Amino acid sequence: MAEYKKLLPKPTSDTKPYWDACRRHELVVQRCKDCETYRFYPSAMCTKCFSMNYEWHKVSGKGTVYTWTVVWNPPGPQYADDVPYIPVVVELNEQPGLFMPGRLLECDPKDVRAGMPVAVVFVDVTEEITLPHWQPVSKGTKKSKP
Amino acid sequence: MTPMDMRDKTAIVGIGWTKYSKNSGVSTLTLALEASKNAIEDAGLRVQDIDSVLTFSTGELVSTRSLASHLGLPILRYRLDISGGGDVSQAVVANAATAVATGKANYALVYRAINGASGIRFGDAAHAVERTKSAAGSNNEAQFLQPYGVLAAVHYFAFLCRRHMIQYGTPTPEQLGSFAIACRKWANLNPRAQMYPRPMTMEDYMNSRMIAEPLRLYDCCLTSDGATALIVTTAERAKDLKHRPVYIRAAAEGGGPFTDGEVWTNYGRDHTVSYAHYIAADLWRRAGIGPKDIDVAEIYDCFTYGAINQIEDFGFCKKGEGGAFVEGGRTGPGGEFPVNTHGGLLSEAYIHGLNSTVEAVSQLRGDAGARQVKDAELAIVTGGGTDIFGSALVLRR
Repeated sequence: MAEYKKLLPKPTSDTKPYWDACRRHELVVQRCKDCETYRFYPSAMCTKCFSMNYEWHKVSGKGTVYTWTVVWNPPGPQYADDVPYIPVVVELNEQPGLFMPGRLLECDPKDVRAGMPVAVVFVDVTEEITLPHWQPVSKGTKKSKP
Repeated sequence: MTPMDMRDKTAIVGIGWTKYSKNSGVSTLTLALEASKNAIEDAGLRVQDIDSVLTFSTGELVSTRSLASHLGLPILRYRLDISGGGDVSQAVVANAATAVATGKANYALVYRAINGASGIRFGDAAHAVERTKSAAGSNNEAQFLQPYGVLAAVHYFAFLCRRHMIQYGTPTPEQLGSFAIACRKWANLNPRAQMYPRPMTMEDYMNSRMIAEPLRLYDCCLTSDGATALIVTTAERAKDLKHRPVYIRAAAEGGGPFTDGEVWTNYGRDHTVSYAHYIAADLWRRAGIGPKDIDVAEIYDCFTYGAINQIEDFGFCKKGEGGAFVEGGRTGPGGEFPVNTHGGLLSEAYIHGLNSTVEAVSQLRGDAGARQVKDAELAIVTGGGTDIFGSALVLRR
């Protein structure tokens, strides 16, 4: 694999289960065992009921676009080939207000819409790290069979 | 004791600054010394009268210990170094006021010194990496943003601006541009401003490089090398000094801390409000006035959108109508609601908001020359832009 020069996540003890799941191409999120509220970013405490009992829960990988931007100016030379790219915040279908930032692929910058349905797609960027990205889901689009 | 007891009990009595530029050619310590000396002289004090020093930074600190040593202060009674940017800029001044009002110190020097253009530039990728190494930026959020190329303040504010546009349909590009142009018009009256005397038209704004939609280059504040300083003391001591005192009528700080280190909020639901939503009521109650009483407003403009958002949330217009409010030159020279009479962070300099405080002082002294707002009696100065934290002062003549 060519050397990857863009910023990578540094997993911590709080976040390692999330990144390990990404490596398995699974999207997981913590859920409070006491009030069943999902949360993201990973944290030991539930901000709804303050419980510290939680489990990691596999989610559907589906959501909608909550907000986005289109970056035209590379924030560093290692992003020069990426621009324009579409950072996005996805609201996961599992719970209102459950937000996950990412990047939108396979979409023209002009076509991004608030509320657009998206699905996770995993990108293996290095030997250790897989990043979840997102792509649009069109209702009623079926791949034609040969 | 309540904050109401502080009303008009302290005053800003001296203001000073260095040249603002893209390359100071000197250390931040030297910049801090120069601005401090200018503020002390402006107050009609001697360096050795200062017994308290306060500053703030996002990691590139000229520490108060260092400055006090290099000033050669004979005694230090109170010092404070706060981690933060514009969000704490007015809170630092409020802390100085509390120190002198409670008798901890006599004369407090507040300063901010930065080589933000020639050194590490706040809000860009290299700085983002630095921030995760220090307490200024927690990694628990950074690792979920940075790998996607979301590295800089402009990206976070672009997310927030888009969300406001989704909910309210504003601000439009023309509205963002109107605010930037108004600030530039003020800067064109201000020889101290980095953008003096370059004009900006709407065509210039629209043609400026798109950074992260919807924010263009001219929606983003400057990067600057320079330092700003001011002196705070009690109203009683202020009577004997060089200039008419500018009283600190009220201060408020706070926010809804729904994030972890950076700007994008993940625990809150309303991404269309700034910290002002959470502190405005306190500020106006403590000041005993309302938004309509303000004659001149120095609103923190790290980005055009951030300032427009605060204008809404402090109650200068209805929520969602900030874009329309800043159109047609309302906030520019000759307009009915002057905002950022120095040119703001957008066109004067980016000294993280302390340069806005000193401009408010000039206005209320009646010393602002070509920029003078007629009969200016009451000013607001703000710092911050996101919902996490911010601070504001009401000053009076």
